[in-house]
Amino acid sequence: MSVASDKPIILDVRAMRVAVRTDHGDGPVLVDDVSLELRRGEVIGLIGESGAGKSTIGLASMGYTRRNCFIVGGHILFSGADLRAMTADQRRALRGLKLSYIAQSAAASFNPAMTLMDQVSEAPIRHGVMRRAEAEAAAVQLFRELDLPNPETIGSRYPHQVSGGQLQRVMAAMAMVGRPEIIVFDEPTTALDVTTQVECLAAFRRLVREHGAAALYITHDLAVVAQIADRIMVLRRGKMVEFGDARLILQEPQQDYTRRLVSERIAGHAFVAKPEGAAPLLTVEHVTAHYAGKPKVIDDVSLEIFRGDTLAVVGESGSGKSTLARVVTGLLPRASGDVRFDGVSLPPRLKDRPRDQLRRVQMIYQMPDVALNPQQTLLDVIGRPVSFYFRRSRAEVRARVLELLKQMDLPEHFVDRKTSELSGGQKQRVSIARALAAEPDLIICDEVTSALDQLVGEEILRLLKRLQDELGVAYMFITHDLGTVKRIANKVVVMLRGQTVASGDTASVFAPPYHPYTELLLSSVPEMRPDWLDGILARRGANRNI
Amino acid sequence: MRLLGHKLSIPAQIGLAIIALNLVMAIFAPLIAPYDQAAVLGDAWADPDRQHWLGLDNLGRDLLSRLIYGARMSIGLSFVITALSFFIGIVTGFGAAVAGGWVDQALSRLVDLLLSMPTLIFAFVILSVLGSGLPVLIVTIAILDSTKVFRLARSVAVGLVSLEFVEAARLRGEGWWWIITREIFPNAIPPLIAEFGLRFCFTFLFIAALSFLGLGVQPPDADWGSMVKDYRDMINFGYAAPIYPAAAIAILTIGVNFVVDWMLSIHSRGQGEGA
Amino acid sequence: MGRLILQRSILGVLTLLAASALIFIGTEILPGDLASAILQNQATPETLAKLRLDLGLDKPAIVRYFAWLLGALRGDFGHSLANGRDVLEEITPRFANTMFLAAYAAVVAVPLAVGLGLAAAIRQGGVFDRTVNVLTLMTISVPEYFLAYLLIKYVAVDLGWFPSLANVSSDTPFFDRLYYAFLPMLTLVLVIVAHMMRMTRASVLAVMASPYIEMAILKGLTKTRIVLRHALPNALAPIISVIALNLAYLIVGVVVVETVFVYPGLGQLMVDEVSKHDVPVVQACGLIFAATFIALNMLADILSILSNPRLRQPR
Repeated sequence: MSVASDKPIILDVRAMRVAVRTDHGDGPVLVDDVSLELRRGEVIGLIGESGAGKSTIGLASMGYTRRNCFIVGGHILFSGADLRAMTADQRRALRGLKLSYIAQSAAASFNPAMTLMDQVSEAPIRHGVMRRAEAEAAAVQLFRELDLPNPETIGSRYPHQVSGGQLQRVMAAMAMVGRPEIIVFDEPTTALDVTTQVECLAAFRRLVREHGAAALYITHDLAVVAQIADRIMVLRRGKMVEFGDARLILQEPQQDYTRRLVSERIAGHAFVAKPEGAAPLLTVEHVTAHYAGKPKVIDDVSLEIFRGDTLAVVGESGSGKSTLARVVTGLLPRASGDVRFDGVSLPPRLKDRPRDQLRRVQMIYQMPDVALNPQQTLLDVIGRPVSFYFRRSRAEVRARVLELLKQMDLPEHFVDRKTSELSGGQKQRVSIARALAAEPDLIICDEVTSALDQLVGEEILRLLKRLQDELGVAYMFITHDLGTVKRIANKVVVMLRGQTVASGDTASVFAPPYHPYTELLLSSVPEMRPDWLDGILARRGANRNI
Repeated sequence: MRLLGHKLSIPAQIGLAIIALNLVMAIFAPLIAPYDQAAVLGDAWADPDRQHWLGLDNLGRDLLSRLIYGARMSIGLSFVITALSFFIGIVTGFGAAVAGGWVDQALSRLVDLLLSMPTLIFAFVILSVLGSGLPVLIVTIAILDSTKVFRLARSVAVGLVSLEFVEAARLRGEGWWWIITREIFPNAIPPLIAEFGLRFCFTFLFIAALSFLGLGVQPPDADWGSMVKDYRDMINFGYAAPIYPAAAIAILTIGVNFVVDWMLSIHSRGQGEGA
Repeated sequence: MGRLILQRSILGVLTLLAASALIFIGTEILPGDLASAILQNQATPETLAKLRLDLGLDKPAIVRYFAWLLGALRGDFGHSLANGRDVLEEITPRFANTMFLAAYAAVVAVPLAVGLGLAAAIRQGGVFDRTVNVLTLMTISVPEYFLAYLLIKYVAVDLGWFPSLANVSSDTPFFDRLYYAFLPMLTLVLVIVAHMMRMTRASVLAVMASPYIEMAILKGLTKTRIVLRHALPNALAPIISVIALNLAYLIVGVVVVETVFVYPGLGQLMVDEVSKHDVPVVQACGLIFAATFIALNMLADILSILSNPRLRQPR
């Protein structure tokens, strides 16, 4: 997918430098000496982990910076004119018309008090290039191109009346209606479910191609960028690591960092099989649960976990996978069915369970920032389970905490630090240490890597695997990411709307014949082959009854 | 100048100075005041001169000394009431948040009810019949005011209870007491301190208003509010007498509000930077 | 949404009932004897017995409460103990005066506050914003009588522009009323403008920090359009709420101001009658104040429901 180099350069960024400046002085540099040339009709993917500066670059290319951020160096030439040299009003005149932006969260980007049509048609009307009738007609046409339901009437709805995936596409229509020359896509599919992602991705790509616009596509997901970008720029901490043709970067990355990003994604097709023990550790039998006065969240779910197993519970949002964890731990009492641990039936309510039963099942959470009390030190957090369950003396507790810190590869002098001083990955390690301090038999991991950067998440997974080999602890691993499942789980349960649609060991669930939903899930996970999207669309188009 | 690790704004510095001055006045009144507050020293409404900087009041007592002693009653009373209302409000607010369910519903409805009634009118009705003895005053206002503290304490606690580290404590099997004191309270301190300042100001103004209307502190005790009441007639003759105690009330309230405003601006700024 | 409004209205009525009960309890059911509290030093066994009979104190409390409540709904609050006149007759002109003063202050204060708040939010961080911020922080901190006496001393006595005693009666012509009530109005305005302005500013700023405002900026819209068309409609709900709350406060703050300026309103009546232990009048005043306060609070609730688009257009 390379673009002929005789097309004109529409965006020329030279040595861009963006830094933070407040009343208290100069802050960090967010973007350091980044240059790129974007031609008409071309898509450049900006790839990197959080803090890489990709959003900042996207916004700065429109001449906009967030609060306290300033463009302090370089030139940003749009069709030859330097955005930095223009007045604020001149820049404003370009935005929404020639330069447009699609944000990560559609729900947050729409004014809840205005109809969708009013907001979609607003920019060209206010810029004076279209009349209301013309703008609305163009909007409806775009809705049609984006495969939105009821294109003639969807505009009269309010943002909260429309689903997430649809809203994202309405936002795309809003960005396109002024016939822009450059579109900045800022992580537009990150917040969506994997199955919705495919439709949006296809819609965006079609739009860009048909309207001949140029685009910057910002994402942290290499597989996604592979589907849509002609060239890829890899960013790390504000600096450019590698920049070149998309296929080349994915197949033969030159830089170390790029190689790590690419290889982590591809690795892990080895299914892990483990020998079975005698009796199951955890048995969930025909369990049903619901919140007071509401319909069932979990409907007739059964599963078994043996010692040393890693059972992955997979599903999209609303599947009930997290609720399952709450039912097992007793936070949400089950309405019917049985949960047995080591042969003994667990009381439905948390407060009816004896302390030792509580000790043997521990939980690790998704968001490291709220999983730990910011006012407590590591000694407090990790030491409490030790003193609470085992009644050790202060000295013994401290010794045990230091031992655990070593196991987590965390420096010993962190022991008296407050948790708020640690990074996300470090906090997650502390959460793991806290769980291990109770010497449990089963650890429930609730989306523990979803909130972390890709490479940091990989390290956590490696740590969890190592601990399992050393200690023989079992995991119930809840996630929506199939790639993770394939890497560390030997058994898997697939959930959809509160029910299990497939279960068994990983090898057989992920091999044909599939349950249709499993197939949908598996096929929606973007792979790094650039032609993956075309393949999926072709297959689905052939199967779809219109 | 820095406090609690943050730079103090100019209004906040002024506020702290005012608070310090008032505290000194209240605590060391007998040492600072030139004369005893009840001593009759001359004719009523004598003009200010070198010995009596603010002149004499309606009974010939030194105005300045009365003003200084008045600080004790005003500040002391308000402080006691605020502390009591805070205690009630925090215990019920945290309790409601942690208990949840019908306990929370019942308490919240009750508080909503109390809050939707005009406090002044209420205090009026109660005091007009029960009389304005200090104990009655303290308990009535503390209970009425604790409803606002309840609201804040509950909302702060509810916000914290939903965080995973509290759930982790519950999963461990920790009891209520541990969760409230060790998990919730340490994280609730900043907004609570700011609220204490605001409640103090409100109570302070409220007591002064009641005294001004004749229902608060009764003679021979004197607070600034009742001083305003006693001197009010003279304003028509151009005497600024009632303005002095009123100004004292105003200045202390402004000072506390400056400091509270600064505290609130740090707290919200801090959250923004963490993103 | 209609259901929500109905719910709120019913809640309001219930609150009023509860308030009336509490007022009644506060005055009639208490330790010690009501009759002796009223007569105090003039109490003799005969006068006490007669008073008890007059007040119907021999009947059980619940009966008395309902009798009073039903009477109140008909407009019959009994007779004043101080001068024997019908309470409703006493109260009506006073109530009218208080409403006049409150309306006078509201009409001036609300547009001023919202305008200043918007201006400060638009010019956030600038000199105008910071000065206004400090000034309003000071004004909301001070007691009403402080401002009142300052005004009296400097504007009324020293400069002589306005009278210090608001001598209004039922036959005062309209423009004279405006003149006499000017200083009391000004005092009230100063206090509530500060509150409302700060809340308007805070609400608008909170809305301006929303992501959809950033989106509007990225669409190249002008600042004016963004504030008026995107920010204001969403900030309206909290602003309206605050206005209604301040109006409710006005009803109460009016008591102090009326006392200072000796303005013949309901608040001043209540203060006078309280010291005379004139129970029927105090009860009636209390009930009317409570009703107005509760009604305004309810209005605030309902208006903020109406201005929330999510509630207006359900899924």
